[in-house]
Amino acid sequence: MTEGNVFKFGDNVDTDLIIPARYLNTSDPAELALHCMEDADPTFAGRVQSGDVIVAGANFGCGSSREHAPVAIKAAGVACVVARSFARIFYRNAFNIGLPILECAEAESVPTGSRVRVDLDTGRITVVGTGQEYQARPIPPFMQAIVTAGGLIPYVIGRAEAGK
Amino acid sequence: MPQTVTEKILAAHAGKEYVEPGELISAKVDVLLGNDITAPLAIREFERVGVPVFDPAAVVMVPDHFTPNKDIKSAEQAKVMREFARRHDLPNYFEVGRMGIEHCLLPEQGLVGPGDVVIGADSHTCTYGALGAFATGVGSTDLAAAMALGETWFKVPESLKFVYTGKLGPWVGGKDLILHAIGEIGVEGALYCAMEFCGPVIENLSLDGRLTMCNMAVEAGAKNGIIAADDKTDAYVRGRARRPYRVFASDPDAGYKKVYEFDVSDLEPCVACPHLPDNVRPVSRAGDVKIDQVVVGSCTNGRMDDLRLAARVLSGRKVHKNVRMIVIPGTQEIYLQALKEGLIETFIVAGAVFSTPTCGPCLGGHMGILAKGERAVSTTNRNFVGRMGHPESEVYLANPAVAAASAIAGRIAGPEEVS
Repeated sequence: MTEGNVFKFGDNVDTDLIIPARYLNTSDPAELALHCMEDADPTFAGRVQSGDVIVAGANFGCGSSREHAPVAIKAAGVACVVARSFARIFYRNAFNIGLPILECAEAESVPTGSRVRVDLDTGRITVVGTGQEYQARPIPPFMQAIVTAGGLIPYVIGRAEAGK
Repeated sequence: MPQTVTEKILAAHAGKEYVEPGELISAKVDVLLGNDITAPLAIREFERVGVPVFDPAAVVMVPDHFTPNKDIKSAEQAKVMREFARRHDLPNYFEVGRMGIEHCLLPEQGLVGPGDVVIGADSHTCTYGALGAFATGVGSTDLAAAMALGETWFKVPESLKFVYTGKLGPWVGGKDLILHAIGEIGVEGALYCAMEFCGPVIENLSLDGRLTMCNMAVEAGAKNGIIAADDKTDAYVRGRARRPYRVFASDPDAGYKKVYEFDVSDLEPCVACPHLPDNVRPVSRAGDVKIDQVVVGSCTNGRMDDLRLAARVLSGRKVHKNVRMIVIPGTQEIYLQALKEGLIETFIVAGAVFSTPTCGPCLGGHMGILAKGERAVSTTNRNFVGRMGHPESEVYLANPAVAAASAIAGRIAGPEEVS
């Protein structure tokens, strides 16, 4: 369970908006976080707090395969991204680096500026105060395990060590 | 059981008779690709696992995005990749001076062949579908895991079939065919799917044109673009391929999620207006759009066909005084061929700059960044907000003939307007 403020974005938020290529001469997560969402909302990096939630429309993360995009979002403190749909490489990358993301058909109706509680186990999103609820597709348990481990590589290392 | 070409390649690499859309499989990978932006992250993850590279010859690394290095940070990134390549004895590391834009370089060097499974930590890895391969973009972590294991998991995509019929107009090519399709289905029209291109127009299209088409499949959200290998593919691959290859074709009764049929006889050259590749209209309806810069190049349109086409339009003419035109060959071999054919002279006499191979301007990296309020016509693949520089600049995507004509006119123009 996580709770945070909602930052709303529209459809087709591309990877250049999430982290412009001009900052890709580094892969340091802390540095990438400083420029997260910069070309969509220059104030985002300054306002986002640990536990906050990005809510967006269709095709979130379209464009480049740059893993720097989910890395920047995670390093900025975002607890999860909820969108109507995700671009496929971004979807894979997010889990691989341990950023939980949820597909929710009603993502657009989550109120701007609201605060939400997100249950990653069940996919239930609750607006704090009004109690309004939205149901996202739950994350399969093995993918939750990848997120909990901190990404695919720590997950694989952990599994290998457990098997020894 | 009837299958599509994509399904057959995936089945063969998963050690199965057949696969079905939606099925999760583990498949062997023939080629793994990284570049100077994505490889450093992959290397960091790979080294945490602490195993050797499963097959050094299968891993291809190309410094092409910020190279020749634009600053100290990008030099440090390129160095990470260079040292990794040396440490693991990778025969397919291509240094500046012998390199090219990755998706132009790999087919040219015979590193990809029909029937291969290719993953690359670059979204435009789907380019190699033009050779009848299954090729898809992944992130750095997936590349890292596959460098260790030699295989990766895939969800078998549903296939969309695009049948092109009719006769192409004189200035219409692969770029227009793919822009037209993206304009019709939208930037998420092929989300999680394979885009299979076929029909008489595709059969007549050059390999360069086919590579352009498959390159942009990802702009419709596709997992891969693919054109089944035919005699033209064979003629291209023969003599280049470094490994044996295997040709697959879709069964006539294979299952498709949807079939699109386009009669393209009346298709004009297309322009994708800001800020999405699906904002497509015919060049004659682009309006009076003054421009500041033109870029001909990139993994989309930096091949010989493209340079020849741009040079044909520019020959004996001058780039407009208010326009900066940048021409970038896809590889060193293309550079040399352009030199031999006199194309470079045509570009320079016309007032264009001719560069070493680099992805630089396409992603707003270096060598052609736009200032606030500036507009570019570019043969590249994306026109997202801030793609080529300032978030308040604009990119219009077009084929090389339209790009060259626009450079002459100082505004978006079709080649017929300047000839």
